[in-house]
Amino acid sequence: MSDVTANAPFDAQGWLRRQSRWSPLEVVFWLALLLPFFFFPTYLTLASQIAIAALFAISVDLILGYAGIVTLGHAMFFGLGAYAAGLISVYGWGEPLSGLLLAAAFAGLVGFVVSFMIVRVQHLALIMITLGLGLLTYELANSMSWLTGGTDGLRGIRTWPIFNYFRFDLWGYTAYSYSLAALFVCFLVSRRIVNSSFGLALRGVRENVRRMPAIGSDYRGHLQKIYTISAAIAGLAGALMAQTTNVVALDALSFQRSADVVVMLILGGTGRLYGAIVGAAIFLIARDQLSGVNPQYWYFWIGLLLMVVVLVMPKGILGGLSALASRWSGR
Amino acid sequence: MVNQIAIVLFDGFAFGMLLFVLSVGLSVTLGLMNFINLAHGAFGMLGGYIAVLTMRQLGLPFLLALPAAFLGAALVSVVFERTLFRRLYKAGELNQVLFTIGVVFVAAAIATYAFGTVQQVIILPSWLRGSVEVFGLRLGVYRIFLIVVALAVTAVLVFGLERTRLGAQIRAAVDNQRVAQGLGLDVERIFAITFALGSGLAGLGGALAIEIVGLDPAFGFHFLVYVLIVVAVGGLGSIAGSFAGAALLGIGDVAGKYFMPEIGSFLIYLLLVAILFVKPLGLFGKR
Repeated sequence: MSDVTANAPFDAQGWLRRQSRWSPLEVVFWLALLLPFFFFPTYLTLASQIAIAALFAISVDLILGYAGIVTLGHAMFFGLGAYAAGLISVYGWGEPLSGLLLAAAFAGLVGFVVSFMIVRVQHLALIMITLGLGLLTYELANSMSWLTGGTDGLRGIRTWPIFNYFRFDLWGYTAYSYSLAALFVCFLVSRRIVNSSFGLALRGVRENVRRMPAIGSDYRGHLQKIYTISAAIAGLAGALMAQTTNVVALDALSFQRSADVVVMLILGGTGRLYGAIVGAAIFLIARDQLSGVNPQYWYFWIGLLLMVVVLVMPKGILGGLSALASRWSGR
Repeated sequence: MVNQIAIVLFDGFAFGMLLFVLSVGLSVTLGLMNFINLAHGAFGMLGGYIAVLTMRQLGLPFLLALPAAFLGAALVSVVFERTLFRRLYKAGELNQVLFTIGVVFVAAAIATYAFGTVQQVIILPSWLRGSVEVFGLRLGVYRIFLIVVALAVTAVLVFGLERTRLGAQIRAAVDNQRVAQGLGLDVERIFAITFALGSGLAGLGGALAIEIVGLDPAFGFHFLVYVLIVVAVGGLGSIAGSFAGAALLGIGDVAGKYFMPEIGSFLIYLLLVAILFVKPLGLFGKR
């Protein structure tokens, strides 16, 4: 946090306000996300998957990048949201927006309960608890096949048209618009959170947990709050996947998904919301282009990339770029 | 019924001993350097493939393939440690986790490239096959062998840690790295040796595991979860903890799969989360 350590009396409010100003680059970035509608209409399904993965990655970034909670089990909330949205639809209520919110609320509720465990532990035990809870949920869904369909996946999801007008089409126009809109709204919320004094406190927890109580900050409360929010967003991403693909497979809860999302985040850069989006895009586009390759070999390149990124660019691709940019402008 | 329970206890204990050999090295290195090495299971896989290769290509007997697996894994791990892992000791746990997961991905891909995704099998010498009858129970000879090997490893480890100079140095470094360094111990060297020994044991475990669970490129991932559970439940840097944790997990796993196949793994994970919730440092953890 070198940019916060000014030697003069520090104006926190002013700093936060400067951070939350929109730069032209950001506007261009979001406009660029509309390009697939015009130039790559055959890739809209992929684009909608990217938007969903990016939303999931943002939810992980909030706790991992900003609050420093290392998690290897966040697919738990993604999957819970997906199953919740799917089940609501299977049992006769296919209205998408309310289904989305209900699923997010359910995942957030579970996240709130889990957060009491999360704040008790650190380091290896923290990683193991998140991993254990993720595996636990997977096994639970697997053994409750009367409800979840088990390894066959949850079938029979019917999503009604959005606002009773926009049907989900085969090409993915509606799916991408819907996912992108959800991504944008959640991005705005997350942006507001990380640029608030609460977001600043989270970074304080990440940098040094022990000093936070010393300056009178209730770090447990902060962590529980952001963990709940993150779980709700992850659940919303899962619900989006259920509604746009009309199927929920067990792998929504798998360890692989938890690991993939952390990989996306680290590729893009942690602790910056755009890192989550860029990382998800790079990861999924690369996988789509290399889909002819045996998945085992695909993981060879991902593994190599991870090792290189950790050793050479610990702040991810966006972090590396912004370091280059600041060096450029510093001269 | 009593017989069944006794058999399950025996098989579970044997499986637990396998887990102990696989994971004790990680427990000690984690306690020593706080380095979260998720690639530990990959060294186990390496040992397994070395055993398969030496037996098949060089025609070594099984009892010689085991030390070969130990040495091979130890040598490769020390090269990794000196060139790559040591750069990450000061890095955050996230970077350690990601880097070592990257190593597991790459290792799995290389194993697929070299050996394909098929399960590897080895042919045991005839005296390790079959079963013997003890007190009316039919016990697998190989499982008895596993328990004997694991107990021997434990004896050597305990003796080495309690009675040798290197052991005293390792204990000192685990208890307080800074003070140990201040007293003139070369902690880096101690760590390199410990890392090699621990990974070598993982390699030995990988070779021993082939007969019980098979060997394929997913080994590193599959056993990672078990290994981490043993370490987290047992507590860092504690041999007794790893032993108890491994025995508990082995018996729990076999019993769960035998008596309640539907929810067996579920119970294991529930137990893991419950233990960590009550004792975040593990059953025997000191810090």
